[in-house]
Amino acid sequence: MEILLVIIIGLLYAAGIYMMLRRSLVKLIIGLILLGNGANLLIFLLGKIVKGEPPIIADTEKMLGEIYADPVPQALILTAIVISFGLQAFAIILIKRAYKVVKTDDLDEMNATDEDL
Amino acid sequence: MKTIIFKTASAYLLPLLLLFSVFILLRGHYLPGGGFVGGLMAAIAFVIHSFANGIDKTKNIIKFHPGFLMPVGLLLALTAGSLPLAFGDTFMTGLWMKQSVPVIGSVGTALFFDTGVYLVVIGVTLTIIFTISEGL
Amino acid sequence: MSNPYIVLPVIFQLFVAVVLMFSWNRKNLQKLISVIGSLIALLISLLLLLKVNQEGIQAMQAGGWVAPFGITFVADTFSALLVLLTAIAGLAVSVFSVGSIRNARIKFGYFPILHLLIMGLSGAFLTGDIFNLYVWFEIIIISSFVLLTIGGEKAQIEGAIKYVTMNLLASVIFLTAIAILYGLTGSLNMADLSIQVAAVENRGLVNVTAILFLIGFGIKSAVFPLYFWLPASYHTPPPAISAIFGGLLTKVGVYALLRVFTLIFIPDEFLTWVISIMAMLTILTGGLGALIQNNMRKVFSYLIICHIGFMLAGLGIYSTIAIAGAVFYLVHDIMVKTNLFMVSGLIFKFKGTYSMRLLGGFYKEQPLLSLLMAIPLFSLVGIPPLSGFWGKLLLIKGAIASSNILMIAFIILGSFLTLFIIAKLWAAVFWKDGAELPRKKHIKYFEELKPLKKKAMIGSIAFLSVISLGIGFGAEWIMRLSMTIAENLMDPAPYIQAVLGI
Repeated sequence: MEILLVIIIGLLYAAGIYMMLRRSLVKLIIGLILLGNGANLLIFLLGKIVKGEPPIIADTEKMLGEIYADPVPQALILTAIVISFGLQAFAIILIKRAYKVVKTDDLDEMNATDEDL
Repeated sequence: MKTIIFKTASAYLLPLLLLFSVFILLRGHYLPGGGFVGGLMAAIAFVIHSFANGIDKTKNIIKFHPGFLMPVGLLLALTAGSLPLAFGDTFMTGLWMKQSVPVIGSVGTALFFDTGVYLVVIGVTLTIIFTISEGL
Repeated sequence: MSNPYIVLPVIFQLFVAVVLMFSWNRKNLQKLISVIGSLIALLISLLLLLKVNQEGIQAMQAGGWVAPFGITFVADTFSALLVLLTAIAGLAVSVFSVGSIRNARIKFGYFPILHLLIMGLSGAFLTGDIFNLYVWFEIIIISSFVLLTIGGEKAQIEGAIKYVTMNLLASVIFLTAIAILYGLTGSLNMADLSIQVAAVENRGLVNVTAILFLIGFGIKSAVFPLYFWLPASYHTPPPAISAIFGGLLTKVGVYALLRVFTLIFIPDEFLTWVISIMAMLTILTGGLGALIQNNMRKVFSYLIICHIGFMLAGLGIYSTIAIAGAVFYLVHDIMVKTNLFMVSGLIFKFKGTYSMRLLGGFYKEQPLLSLLMAIPLFSLVGIPPLSGFWGKLLLIKGAIASSNILMIAFIILGSFLTLFIIAKLWAAVFWKDGAELPRKKHIKYFEELKPLKKKAMIGSIAFLSVISLGIGFGAEWIMRLSMTIAENLMDPAPYIQAVLGI
């Protein structure tokens, strides 16, 4: 399980960086999303995976058993997902606006900010 | 996607999904669920309705701008967070009523905080969806 | 030990933002609420600083969860001072916005988002939890995204794309670093991490994590190889927004660097060496970049980068006196950079352009106003006894003490570059004979504004100039404060004691 996750995380990071290096705006955003997902999985992996032992105290018990999954990484991932949800929604609206204003998807064409005003 | 099946189904799906989203919100403290998921689900209910009937019809049934839900939700969450300060506890401490309310279960500040989150999420998501779908 | 007062600056800003959102369509009411709210926030943060100064480091556990498990808020002198500076800059920008922001932008929620941004900044300064710091950073960047794009002009959108991309990348790197740190130690509380990281046996992995933090915060604070987004975006939004960005956004990255690299990762020789090199090149590239620019706001953008180098130099030298210098410079820079962007906005209102080639003769037209504008400009250069001088003095003292000759050379070179650039700017904008500029239709010129708006714009510049002068002339007090802060940073034991109670 761990080794599979490691490979997936590596692939996500690599694909994300590759996509970010493209010139298309849409690919740039997809790259950022992939990177974010890679980071989330990394938190999950490094929080040490425990199978089938949720950190929930049963009705008959007073405390958790010996082995249980760490709930903190899950809380972190949930927070990170919520945040990236907002950021990505913003980024998508932004590239839509940019496409309307600049009329191109090519990052190389976006050099209005370097003009000498 | 203006097929008659989808249109008819969406009329029943909207109230059902909204009800389910409230259920998800209320069970959220000790079981999977909560304000964020519930809010997303409620927003999805409206999105399905807008797919079937067009965005203008959906705007008509909501009546007010969904962005208005943001300050309401934020205020609710803020009040729930700062209420413990009045009782001498630290910020965000959970205060709980001794007796539980029938149907809803035990009521505490966490529930109001979650309801605030629920409203903010509906407001934000619908604002985003409406903004994206404008001029498509 | 638990003190609810600490989160008050954060809660209050959120409250102001909520009230502003409720009065979405009433523009004048929004202006009033924003200014009054900023005034009260200033008062709150002033009281917080006084309290911290009297009673030492304050800590608060959110929700009453005990320290390493819950989210901690800590106010030491450094945090409280920065919250106060944020409140001062926030007040100035809020007043300046009353005069300069167009109604169309207010309609899209300019004021609520400004207050959410200030809330995020205060939260980032006050938190004692590394993941919570990440959350505050995200709140800061999402509000800055909206502020940057409000209005939707072509240059703004293009600048925003560069800004958004680099900041999202920085967040992912920061998150990756947190993931590895959590995997290594199983803790997120910064005071607890300070103890745990020192005990980790795998030093290689600790150093890699440290470098990841350096890159993540480095992008946010615009240091040498990672600063390209800043001059591409800071000159595009309206001047009030540039002012709050230029004054505070990069500084929160510097704060995070100073905090993380004194509390959690104690830099070894290699790391201080890397930071020093980065600092030197930041000073050099920022200065050289500013030299060739013609747009006034781009000059200031590059000068931000140049002066971030000074603060990073303090961390690179890594001695109490040098860090005190960095802290002093941080205090000075927040006030002056905010003011400079407002100054450029005011000149634009008079002349309708930012181009130094076209501008001129401002001194002849507005001699008193020019003298007022001279205060932040010459404070930036650091002519004694103005505020920029003392920070550099401490930095050079620190560099001499650790016999880092190269660093001294670069700090002096950076000061000379700044002097040259400001002298050039002064000559071009204020003294040179200006040609009559064609009047543009879509700009509302200063003469056409209502008297209240005129007073708001000049008043906010005067307010910050007085504070800059205060920092310069009251340098002894600020210097003592910086020394206390630097001592606290170098010896984290009281901080850990305040948070964990051990």
